[in-house]
Amino acid sequence: MRPGEERSLLHDLPRLALLGLGACFILLPYVWMFAASLKPGSEIFRDSLTLWPERFYAIENYGKALSEVPMLRFLFNGALVCALILVFQMLFAVPAAYALAKLRWRGREFLFGLIMLGLLIPYHVPALPLYVVFARAGLLDSFAALVLPFTISVFGIFLFRQAFKSLPDELIHAARMDGMSELSIVWRVIMPNAWPAATAFATFSIVAHWNDLFWPLIVVQSHAMATPALGVLFFRAEEAGNDVGALMAAAVMVTAPMIILFLLAQRRFIQGIATAGLKG
Amino acid sequence: MRDSAALAGAAPATRASRGIGEAAAAWVLCAPAGLALFALLLGPSAALLVLSFSDWELGAPELAWIGLGNYVELTTDPVFRIALRNTLIYVGVVMPASIGLGLGVALLVEGGSRLRATFRAIYFLPVVSLLVAMATAWQYLLHPTIGPVNRLLALLGISPINWLGSSDWVMVSLCMIGVWENLGFVVVLFMAGLTAIPRELYAAAELDGARSAMDRFRLVTWPLLGPTTLFVVTITAIRCLRVFDTVQALTRGGPNNASQVLLHAMYQEGFSYFRIGYSAAITVVFLAIVLLLMLVQTRILDRRVHYS
Repeated sequence: MRPGEERSLLHDLPRLALLGLGACFILLPYVWMFAASLKPGSEIFRDSLTLWPERFYAIENYGKALSEVPMLRFLFNGALVCALILVFQMLFAVPAAYALAKLRWRGREFLFGLIMLGLLIPYHVPALPLYVVFARAGLLDSFAALVLPFTISVFGIFLFRQAFKSLPDELIHAARMDGMSELSIVWRVIMPNAWPAATAFATFSIVAHWNDLFWPLIVVQSHAMATPALGVLFFRAEEAGNDVGALMAAAVMVTAPMIILFLLAQRRFIQGIATAGLKG
Repeated sequence: MRDSAALAGAAPATRASRGIGEAAAAWVLCAPAGLALFALLLGPSAALLVLSFSDWELGAPELAWIGLGNYVELTTDPVFRIALRNTLIYVGVVMPASIGLGLGVALLVEGGSRLRATFRAIYFLPVVSLLVAMATAWQYLLHPTIGPVNRLLALLGISPINWLGSSDWVMVSLCMIGVWENLGFVVVLFMAGLTAIPRELYAAAELDGARSAMDRFRLVTWPLLGPTTLFVVTITAIRCLRVFDTVQALTRGGPNNASQVLLHAMYQEGFSYFRIGYSAAITVVFLAIVLLLMLVQTRILDRRVHYS
């Protein structure tokens, strides 16, 4: 089996069969989740393995998931939190990455050392002291609590520094000749030339924070502040949570946004998350 | 200060003043990130280390410094011991299984051009999916009475298994979901490593008598994939160490702590019982394992010759 070699369909069949088998395992929960979200409870509890509903019950299930808990609010919170986190991460990381990549100054190696140190620390480690501080400041159950801890992304600084390093110095020299300040060089000259890094980072950041459970679970108490991950748990805790069809409908609704984004921009997603592997 | 940096670049100023302007600009540009780095990551992490030597509980008026007291308690705490053991089992099962299967899938996907993008997308799907939501889907799949998995097994004459409710099966189920979750990540990293291997090497190996696919894998693919593999092992191990979402959503460490893991034990002690000092000590153990893995990786990388 040599990579990239073209073979006849017949020769290719064993390969396709094996991959197809694995793909079935991967798709199993998606298929059943979606199928159950279209069925009434009586069909889910009946002893059968048919996927397609006899009685189409989607409107009732999705309606229940939307009305029993503020599901749209959860989705809105998730989008807002992801957007705020991304904006602050870029605002903080991009100028610092430029200074680390392109400017010569004392303290550069020291700061970069601290960034590398930061890369080693999982975000669960500062969570406990941060929680105590937020609790003391009366900031629990707020957007500030959900967003603030993630405004600094050491991975972002690291990624942008790598990207900026490969840009030619002449670009910066020319901009300085035109009298641009360093800050406008960062946003008007450097950034437009580093879009691949920016989109890779954006996809990584959005996926990570849309899907995060640990931190929202710690700081959020009310439905009004819940993110999608927490929303699923809240819904399950309600009485309606025993309704499997409605629960699956809720699960479909919170999973769909990322999957749709992924299918629209596959290459960027895979690139973003593969490079983010660095952060571990 | 920033203006002076710009001017220094525009006018033919002396080297020294140009350097000062550049340094000043650099400090200004790094200030927000630097402050946030200290306030939100390094500072709290240091505080965590300090707190792990105290007996502080949230709401308690005072705290006492008890030295290694928390760590001594950890060695005799049955819940922590189960959590540590389960976490290591989880890493020990999910990491090799994901990497073995992931390498196989990556080789198969790269082995031909048909449906390559489709398979890559399918295997990657769990990586972008909301894990808590998918965990509830698994909960339905694995439900002892209405779950399709048990119904399928019934067709084969196998009696129903209480996948998430019995202490014999709960870790098996969590590990299986772990492989499901991590496989796509490994596949994508290996695919990137495989495309970087020059095609000519396979032709050369064939000329040298490596006739079978197995020979070519042994002589070319595996050695050249070495650095990728090391990287994938470390990342996957750390991802597995952080297992939390599925445990919280499916079992909350139960039944009877049979599925307790490090981060979940830390979460319970800290945020349910508010024993901050003790929870901090568990977090320090977690961090120590992460750092140990990174250290081992760097050591191996340093010793190995890089393939270029």
